[in-house]
Amino acid sequence: MIVSIAIKPELVCPAGTPASLRMAVDFGADAVYCGFQDATNARNFPGLNFTFAELKSSVLYARKKSVKVLLALNTFPPAGKFALWKNAVDHAVMLGVDALIIADIGVAHYARVRYPDIRLHLSVQASASSPEAIKYYCEEFDVKRVVLPRILTIPEIKALKREIPCEVECFIFGNHGLMAEGRCGLTNYATGLSTNMDGVCSPAQHVAYEEGRNRETTTKLNGFAIDCFSCSENPGYPTICKGRYYAAHKPEGYYAFEEPISLNLAELLPDLVKAGVDAFKIEGRQRSKAYVQKVVSSWRRAIDQAMAGESIDIPDLLSLTEGHKQTQGAYESKRWR
Amino acid sequence: MKGGAEEHGDRSGHKLSLVSGLYFLAVPLPLPIVNIMFKRLMVAITTKRPELFARLAGHYHKTFLINPTNLPFVIELSPDPRQPRLRACRRRSTAHADASITGSFLTLMGLIDGRLDGDALFFSRDIKVEGDTEALVSLRNALDDIEGSIAQDIAAILGNLGLFALKVTRRISDRVHSH
Amino acid sequence: MKACLTLGPILFHWSAEKKRDFYFRIADEAPVGTVYLGEVVCSKRSPFFESYYDEVADRLVSAGKTVVFSTLAEIMISKERKMTAGICELEGYEIEANDSSALYFLRGRPYRVGQYFNVYNEETMAFLQEKGASHITLPTELPQSALSILGRNASAMNISLEAQVYGRIGLALSARCYHARAHGRIKDNCQFVCEEDPDGLPLKTINGLDFLAVNGVQTLSHSCLNLIHEIKEMKAMGIDFFRLSPQDCDMVKVAECFEDVLSERIGVKEAYNRLSHISNNYSFCNGFYHSVEGYRWVPYG
Repeated sequence: MIVSIAIKPELVCPAGTPASLRMAVDFGADAVYCGFQDATNARNFPGLNFTFAELKSSVLYARKKSVKVLLALNTFPPAGKFALWKNAVDHAVMLGVDALIIADIGVAHYARVRYPDIRLHLSVQASASSPEAIKYYCEEFDVKRVVLPRILTIPEIKALKREIPCEVECFIFGNHGLMAEGRCGLTNYATGLSTNMDGVCSPAQHVAYEEGRNRETTTKLNGFAIDCFSCSENPGYPTICKGRYYAAHKPEGYYAFEEPISLNLAELLPDLVKAGVDAFKIEGRQRSKAYVQKVVSSWRRAIDQAMAGESIDIPDLLSLTEGHKQTQGAYESKRWR
Repeated sequence: MKGGAEEHGDRSGHKLSLVSGLYFLAVPLPLPIVNIMFKRLMVAITTKRPELFARLAGHYHKTFLINPTNLPFVIELSPDPRQPRLRACRRRSTAHADASITGSFLTLMGLIDGRLDGDALFFSRDIKVEGDTEALVSLRNALDDIEGSIAQDIAAILGNLGLFALKVTRRISDRVHSH
Repeated sequence: MKACLTLGPILFHWSAEKKRDFYFRIADEAPVGTVYLGEVVCSKRSPFFESYYDEVADRLVSAGKTVVFSTLAEIMISKERKMTAGICELEGYEIEANDSSALYFLRGRPYRVGQYFNVYNEETMAFLQEKGASHITLPTELPQSALSILGRNASAMNISLEAQVYGRIGLALSARCYHARAHGRIKDNCQFVCEEDPDGLPLKTINGLDFLAVNGVQTLSHSCLNLIHEIKEMKAMGIDFFRLSPQDCDMVKVAECFEDVLSERIGVKEAYNRLSHISNNYSFCNGFYHSVEGYRWVPYG
């Protein structure tokens, strides 16, 4: 596990609240990403996210410790509501964030024209997975970094990196969505709230946990049973892409897309560094500051060790993962597909 | 925390004595005295931590039931900033609650203290949630954003004994959850 | 402008002969003005039909249809990049871009934007129009409120708008093939098991509700979109093209039904009844249009 490479990748950490942001800053983040308290970001969850005033003080806090703040504006404004996103861009720039993470063409265009100097990152929600797809955004909007969808193998990332003119950011830990981001209408189909337009995935207001006679827990989303866990199993979120379903030839039920599981690329860290990944992203703005503290400090140590050419203490974060299971997903091999 | 609830301190060896120590701190208190302390706590929170309520917007009128399985009482919370209410009552005499969260006293304290992750506790079945999930998520996020710790406030109201109890709780919590 | 029905690309893996015969019948009988050809879902499927494209496109053009080639919605491997580049170089046909790499290849020539590329608002529409987009098929999850604003803006921008009005709704795409997974295989060794389900593989929830349908890397709605009641309102809003997404039922009759409503030969009630008979006992949905759950059916009136 010896790696020698000059550029040190950035550790990009989630913050759902100012308290989490301070935690991330204090425990080793190079950059923190967060969002406003509305549909302009893809974690528009109740009680989560930042007011303009909170972002202002958070940016100051981060800047004192030379940590960057990235603002997620990664949803798609439906016609008639564009003003909300414009306002978010205006405030984010005014409050001094280091970059905007955008997905929508209209939002990207507005930000680029109105604020020629603001740094733009392309959100995973833009679902750009090929060199040309990424170059389109680089050339049209001067995007400086792309957050890659969690669908590529490491050799593919390495090859991609050589062909594009911008930095590459990869997810290394956290929730592992199965569907191409920015193109998933499953939640809207089941709940009437849209991931792309409202910034929600399996919104809490439609989630119910029902305990049965044998202490089994059924997780439901707006009446659709997504899974059922016996009392010896570890339950997950009622996320449609991690549910158990019946098909004609699967009368016993099966995980049609994926089982409840989280992404953890600890063992692939040296390979990702060698592939030239510029930034490692931890998922979890909806998680607590305890999660942020533990995950950020573990990854800080692992990355520092990788860069120093030392062997890596693989962080044991299993207790924080969904279903207490983890995967390397698509990154390890094409067999995942 | 590999094995989830089964390994969770409350039932295992030397940890038992410490936890039951805490338990005895709470058990002998008659409910009216607990409720006087809760009242003081709510006043302290309302004045010191108005940000808590901002994150609960839309859920002020809801009643939350906090159910520590190894204490002889449950706690009802109504987070209306104009008339916040925190009340301990016997299990049998609880009113309707919109949402409830159940877990050991230690786990719930760790959660309120911002030292444990609610999702992870749910994944491991250390806590159980029922009812209005959105209200619970809001409450969780509101508590999590609090500067310092509400557990510290609770302990301070309980006096020296409370602060000692908090210290012990944190120590056990760290030990249990570092596995 | 006269409203016009279009036939979207076939999303399912039908045999090449079945596809050819399907398109021949469409050419001869269906009252649709535009037919979209091309594999949108899975690059592995595309070689099967490649040798038929010329024949099918000629037949459709001779029948007076406009033929448009659609690009793949999701591009990862080099074969898919080449496929997309190849389609975008086609001359004599319009191209419908379904991801930003197609937009990259299409710079400098007029193009259409497909429903898998996110055009949610007037700002995005204006940007794309400036860059050469002449026709946009809007995402299926857009509600009436957004559609009407886009419709208004499109006329001013000289862009034509299209929306899907019939067929299962494409809800998600993934790198993983769920048809292969359902049969214990991986994508590289799928053995084209998706051909067994010409309308997709239905999934029920564990509490017995019809929910989704798997189509390779795509996840579709179980219910079939049916905007027969809404189509005239949509026309009035400035949407001029209505997409019928092929299902394994009599699509000529489906097209006739919609055409009869557009030209006011029959009422929507009769059309609905006719569609119910044609449509393989699917349940219908129109929830997205009405800003409620997509699976819901909001009754007329």
